[in-house]
Formats: sequence, structure tokens, C-alpha cells
Amino acid sequence: MAKQVQQLERVVIRFAGDSGDGMQLTGDRFTAETASFGNDLSTLPNFPAEIRAPAGTLPGVSSFQLHFADRDIMTPGDAPDVLVAMNPAALKANLKDLPKGALVIVNTDEFTKRNLAKVGWDANPLEDDTLDGWNVRRIPLTSLTVKAVEGLSITKKEAERAKNMYALGLLSWLYNRPTEGTVTFLERKFGRKPEILEANVAAFRAGHAYGETTEDFAVSYEVKPAPMPAGTYRNITGNLALAYGLVAAAQRSGLPLFLGAYPITPASDILHELSKHKRFGVTTFQAEDEIAGVGAALGASFGGALGVTTTSGPGVVLKGETIGLAVMQELPLVIVDVQRGGPSTGLPTKTEQADLLLAMFGRNGESPVAVVAPRSPSDCFDAAIEACRIALQFRTPVFLLSDGYLANGSEPWHLPDVATLPDLHVEFATEPNREDGAFWPYLRDPETLARPWAVPGTPGLEHRLGGIEKADGSGEISYDPANHDLMVRTRQAKIDGIARFIEPLEVDDPGRESGEGARVLVLGWGSTYGPIGAAVRRARREGHKVAQAHLRHLNPFPANTAEVLKGYDRVLVPEMNLGQLSLLLRAKYLVDVTPYNQVRGLPFRAVELAEVITGLVEEVEKADANEGALR
Amino acid sequence: MTVADLPTPKLTAKDFKTDQEVRWCPGCGDYAILAAVQGFMPELGVARENIAIVSGIGCSSRFPYYMNTYGMHSIHGRAPAIATGLAVARQDLSVWVITGDGDALSIGGNHLIHALRRNVELKILLFNNQIYGLTKGQFSPTSEMGKITKSSPMGSLDAPFNPVSLALGAEATFVARTMDSDRKHLTSVLRAAAEHKGSALVEIYQNCNIFNDGAFDVLKDPETRDEFGIKLEHGQPIRWGGQGQHGIVRNERTGHLDVVDDVTDENAGRLLVHDVHADDPSVAFALSRLQDASLARTPFGVFRDVDRPAYGALVADQLQRAAETQGAGGTEDALASLIAGGDTWTVGA
Repeated sequence: MAKQVQQLERVVIRFAGDSGDGMQLTGDRFTAETASFGNDLSTLPNFPAEIRAPAGTLPGVSSFQLHFADRDIMTPGDAPDVLVAMNPAALKANLKDLPKGALVIVNTDEFTKRNLAKVGWDANPLEDDTLDGWNVRRIPLTSLTVKAVEGLSITKKEAERAKNMYALGLLSWLYNRPTEGTVTFLERKFGRKPEILEANVAAFRAGHAYGETTEDFAVSYEVKPAPMPAGTYRNITGNLALAYGLVAAAQRSGLPLFLGAYPITPASDILHELSKHKRFGVTTFQAEDEIAGVGAALGASFGGALGVTTTSGPGVVLKGETIGLAVMQELPLVIVDVQRGGPSTGLPTKTEQADLLLAMFGRNGESPVAVVAPRSPSDCFDAAIEACRIALQFRTPVFLLSDGYLANGSEPWHLPDVATLPDLHVEFATEPNREDGAFWPYLRDPETLARPWAVPGTPGLEHRLGGIEKADGSGEISYDPANHDLMVRTRQAKIDGIARFIEPLEVDDPGRESGEGARVLVLGWGSTYGPIGAAVRRARREGHKVAQAHLRHLNPFPANTAEVLKGYDRVLVPEMNLGQLSLLLRAKYLVDVTPYNQVRGLPFRAVELAEVITGLVEEVEKADANEGALR
Repeated sequence: MTVADLPTPKLTAKDFKTDQEVRWCPGCGDYAILAAVQGFMPELGVARENIAIVSGIGCSSRFPYYMNTYGMHSIHGRAPAIATGLAVARQDLSVWVITGDGDALSIGGNHLIHALRRNVELKILLFNNQIYGLTKGQFSPTSEMGKITKSSPMGSLDAPFNPVSLALGAEATFVARTMDSDRKHLTSVLRAAAEHKGSALVEIYQNCNIFNDGAFDVLKDPETRDEFGIKLEHGQPIRWGGQGQHGIVRNERTGHLDVVDDVTDENAGRLLVHDVHADDPSVAFALSRLQDASLARTPFGVFRDVDRPAYGALVADQLQRAAETQGAGGTEDALASLIAGGDTWTVGA
């Protein structure tokens, strides 16, 4: 008898296991199956910084969360509906996130005395009341896998390693995912090891068949494809989209891309990706340290390339002096900071957005730079192009503030038509710019205040740059007090003036047009866009009027920012830091904002944010009522 | 006669001067080096606009301001890194690095050794005055142990680097030493460095007449210079002293270099013949270690000059090979197919 198929609107699944269990791969594959099915989705990988933490321990737990739905979604989900726990540590580490009633699939084979002891469990939680209230399926995944691959000439260890594919097969059945892609993937991955390939495919198919036949699962679920605008899509992570954005920007500017970088989590994947694209004229220089990485990028910029350096917070700190030099030399330079938990080494594999003030002010002297932030994994593509545009047009260092959540998280991406990407073409200086035939490297464009970019090899424009203060115009060394004052102000004015060349801040406030606008605005930047958006939707569904705006440009702010801020009674600013954007807004616009801050190494949960928003809206309404009573 | 037949205007030293007032202390050895470089540059046969000079911080690092080429006075110690980016991005340029002993060997030590081991196409001129000049007189990484300075009133405890040994240890493909006051020798070494493909490190002993005056006098004074200095010449037996009475032989048992103080016609045949092209750097390294703290037995000239693929050329090769084997990027189609990757799906209108 065919099993019943139940329709769901959305599901949040978390795969959790030991670092060696292949949970990231399992999650990636489930994501790919889901993407090809046409659901909207959002993912959150979460893994330890150690390559292999001790097996079976809590610090060794690696997980991958996926939210997929038949509608547009914005986050990887607050709490899992399903937890796949490959061992006791995975169960213990994730149980606190799991609402009662959620489905828990546990690999009973791993619940040995020894493994239980490793996580401090005296008794087996599968046999006592620990899991009361959850919908638990006890499945011996390891032994079923070993049985499924019997007869293949592989070791027991190799057989056991295929258990993640068994679990993937089971989940693929349970949620009616297409399976061809995974088989093709395995063929690609293990093509050269036929026995291992066979074992993985057998385990995957066996897991699928188990779902079909076991009485444990009476129902499977289906989440219909999400309605999306017509077009071609792919699933993409932030780091990948960012790398593509840099390649695209280089192509649209006609300049070679030069990346100077030193490996650092979670930015390294950008280096890895760009290293593959030499045919696009991309040079990747893996430097001896962070300082050399940015130094080489700046040297390349001096030579007329699009110089980029990619790093994370600790690397930015090391690069500070060179960024200051780029400010003084007024050369284009893009500094990608994939933020992670800090300070110091902090939480290398966890996310945070606490480098905003570092990007703004982390250099000696008055040293203004432009700052841009992407809001979602796929948006990293557009944000990278925007950062390059500003760097090239204004001859300035630009910070691109991504973060670990965007870097590793993924979502479907509506592929852009590359012909319509912005034109970033640059005119190098080719002629003297003085009547006497001289070339002054600091004569500025009156519109943008950008100085001419004359590259070595151009006859007659020989000039010297350096970190010592420049005389206005000629660029000669100058210690003249009035000149320094003028140059400091001019460099600031150049960055401030970028505001005239960026889009105004857009506010999503459905009632505004009809005069029924919200009185509370939620303003964010960077990767909090998803959780804020989801929270705002929740609050609206509950009947609250609330507006949302999200900053792409953090320096300068869009020209209409003051106007937007002043248009609301209260402005809530959620950030994964202790209030860095709030500080900037208050200082610059002399308006109060209400910070909401969490620094947990994890994205905001939409449900919590929604409560904060609702609370604030109600507070404003209550204040009104009180005021009315006083009148 | 066409324009092409017209002789290219020949550049002179004057063409490489800028209108900047040179601000080194009167009597500084840097003036002599500047004059030698300006005098030598026309010989390079490279157009001014195709020369870029990158420096770090320190007295020597003011150098680019006085050279009418493209230039960058950068930040302390980082010139080799910045110049690496420039040289790799622009294979068509002749890129020079001007640095000092503090700049190159202290704050920038890391970048120096990595530029040398990669064999980036850089000509690195290391002005060594064995003192910190710009910060006014502290000991440097090449100051002798026991040096009394403002920051070492009881004598420096740091063992000094020998820059030539350091460069050879990093497997630099070209290493030489010369002297600010010996213009002829300096120019000949610059010429050899310029002709070398890849990294060239030239250590130039340079007198700081304010904070370390006379540091190299024993190598300059006619009374002592022949006794203290050893001129290395490729293909020639290594001999020095007024009458060539000193020489080097290689100990057959230990492989060490032994000094012979009574070279005669009979034993001259055993003298070590200098070979700059020896692939193995160990003899060059041993030569660099002959020198002692008093500068006795200081070799000058080219220690090593070997061929090894240069970094920028290798980078360019890979870019070209990628374009040949995978098809050149640079078109909208190529970009579109890159960003689409393998797994896409289409939603109908």
C-alpha cells in the first residue's frame, strides 16, 4: 500500500553528527536536491574550528541546518522541525534548540556506554524519559548501512562511513526530494574509487528504501516548489557569490583582478575560488602574511589592476597600516572582511558583525574609507560589484563587510543577465593636466573629488606617491599646516560625497502611501537582513505596523538617512555586536535609536526579533494612550 | 627618412633627477648612491616611464622622490610586498626596491626573504649603515654586538644579521655587496643586478656620518682596505692583500674555506676560483661567512648569480596556460557560464 503524502509549507531540518561524519556534505546534498526541486531555501552550516575535535565529544559536533519552503523565506529557521542526530553528542548539543514535538532521528548504534560517558550521560536517553515529548525514531543507521553494503570489498570502517548517505537517503524519501542529482554527484566524487562509490550509492538507496518499507514512517511529506520570478536559478553561498562578483567587476572594468590574500577562516574560500579562474585574468597571490597580502594588492593597484584583499577581522587589524597608505595615495583597493566572532582569534567559525567600527576607524589619523555590506548570500555578488565600483570611481579603499553566516550559508540565486551589470570602465590619465605640461597626481575631478590614476608605463606622467602628506594638487611632500588641514578635509569630503552617487535608503512601509504608515522602523545592515525581514513579517502578520530598511552603504550613509530616521517615533537597530551602527547613527544624526544586540556567534532568531519588534510597537501605542489620557 | 629612423633621444643622468630638494644630511653616503644610480639608469636602456622604484621607510627610502621615474614611498618594511604586487601585475616594468638595514631586515624581514625565495623580478638595493638613522641612532639588525647606542647604553645584546648570508639562506638567485664610495664597483654591480632575471639583492655599505660615522673606514682607508676587503670576480682565483698574498682554499677533508696567508706561485693553483653561477649556494654562503666583526675579510662583488624561473613570469605562464586550455574569459558568455556553474534550474514565466 502506498504511503500517505502530507503537504507542508515549510520544514527546518538539522543534520548533526561528529566532525568526521560528513554532516556538511550531507547538508549540502540535501540542499542541492531541494534547490533543484524548486523550493526556496536558506542554510546555516555550523562547525567546530578544529579540523577534527575528539570524536564523539560535544566540541566535535558539526551541524547543518536547512530551511525550505513553498514560499519566499529569509532565514535558515529558528528551530528545527527535524533533528538527525548521528551520536549522543549530536543529540545532547542540539536538543536544547528543539521544540517539543519535533521529529528526532537518532542513530542508536552510537549510543554505547562509552559514547554516552563522553558527553556525561550516565543513563541512555533513548531508554529513559529524557526524550519525552519529542517524536523519536530510533534507527540503527550504522549497522543498517553496513548491512546494505555487504559483499563489497571495503573495510568495515569504510562501510560505516557511508552512514551519512544512508541518513540522506532516508530524509530524501521522507521529504520527497529528487535523488538523481545525488547519485550523479557521488559518481563525480568517487569516480576513481568504484568500491567506495558503490557503497555510498548503495547506502543512499538503502536509506531511501528503508523509509518506504519501515513502519516507523507512515507518512512522507511534500513541500511544493516556491513561486519565484521566471528565470534561471542556482543555489549559492556568500563566499562563492562574492568571488564571482569580483570576477564580474574586473571584467566590467576591463582591468585584471589581483587578489593578495593570506588564508583565514571564514574568508579562505574566496581565495580558493578565485584561484580557479586564471582564464579570466585573475591573479591570486597567496602572501606570506596578511600585511603582504594587502601590500601586494596595493602594489597591483598602483600598476593599474583591480587590487583586492580578502580576510577576516584579525587580518584587517594587520592590514590597517597599508589601508591607511591607500587612503593617502588615493588608490582603488577593495578589502573584503568576512567577519567572525572576536576579539582576537575569537570564534573563528562563528559569525558576528562587530568589525563595523574597525572598518570605519581602525587606522591612525583621519583615514576615511567607504564601507559596503551585503545582506544575503546571493547579494554578496552585487555588493562586491558595488564595492569595486566605488573603489575605482573614487580611487579609495572600500571595505566589503560580509560575515561567516553569509560566507557559508546558501540560498537560491536568480542569475543576473551579465550584459546588464554596471559598466565600471575606468579612464587612466594619459596626458599632462597642467598648462605647463606637468602632471599633478592630486588634481581632482570636481564632481567626485577623485584624483587622476596614472599608471607606470605612461610617458610624461612619472610621479611619486607615498604615505607622507601631499600638497594639494601637485602631490609633493608637504608639512604645511594649512595644507594638511585642507587635505584631511578633502579626503573626508571625497568619501562623504559618495553619498551623491549611491541609491537612497529604501523603506518598506506598506501603509506609508495611504497615510497609515508605521511608527516603528527596524533598521539593519549586513547579514541580519534575513532574520529582520522574517521578524517584520511575523509582526505584521500579528497586525502590527512596522517598517523595515536595510543599509547597504555604511560609509557614507545614503543621503536620505536622516530623513528616514526622523520619519519614525522609534528606530530599532538589531545587530550582532554591542551597538556599533547605533553608535554611528546617534553620533551622526543626533537622533536616538533603540539597539537590540546579540553576540552569540549565531544569526538572530526571527521569533525573538519579532517579540522585540512587537514589544516596541506596543510600547509606542501605549505611550500614545497615556498621552491621550493626560490631555 | 622616417620617424622610426630618428635616433631615440638618449637619456642622461640629468633626466633621472627630479626638482625635489634632496634632504639627506650633508655628507651622507646616500648622495653617492643616488648619483651612481642616476648615472647608471640611462645604461639600462629602459624608458623612464617603465621604471618603478618602491621604498619603505627610513633615510634611504626617501630615494624615490629624487628619481624621475614612477615611484612609491610606502610603509616601513613592506616595500618588497608592495613591489611584488606591482611586478607581478606589470611584467613590462623594471621594478626596484630601495631599503635600509632596519627597513629590510627588522620590520620587513619576512617580506624580504619571501620575495627572494619566490624570485620575484625585483632589484633590491639594501643600504646598510648598521644603525637606525631616521629614528636617530638606535642599534639596527646589522649593528655589531656590544654597540653602544641610545637604546643600548650598555651595549647591544643582539647578534647581527649578515644580509648576504641571509639572502643566500633564502636562496636568492642574485646576491652582491658593494660600497657607497666606490662608484665604479657600485655601478658594475648594479649593471649585473639589472641584467639578472629574477630577484637581485645588492647590499650597499653606506656611511651614516651622523650616527655611525666611519663604520666602514677600514674598507675604504688606503692603508687597510686591501687587507680587509676581498674583491670577488667570476672565474678568478680569490686573492687579496696588497700583493695578492692572501687567498682561499677549500679544505679537502672538511669542505671549509681556509685562508692561506702566503700565496706563492707554487700554491696559487690550489686557490678557490670564484664561480657566481654555481647552482649550490654553499660556497657562496661560506664566502659570506669569512667576514668577522671587525670587517676583516669582507668580500665585495657578486656572490651568486644563477638562473631560476622568475615568479612573475611563472604567474603569467599560468594565466596564459589557463586561457589556452580552458578558453579565454573576458566575454559575457564566459562570465555567464561561470556564474551559472553546473546546477541550475529554470522557473518558467
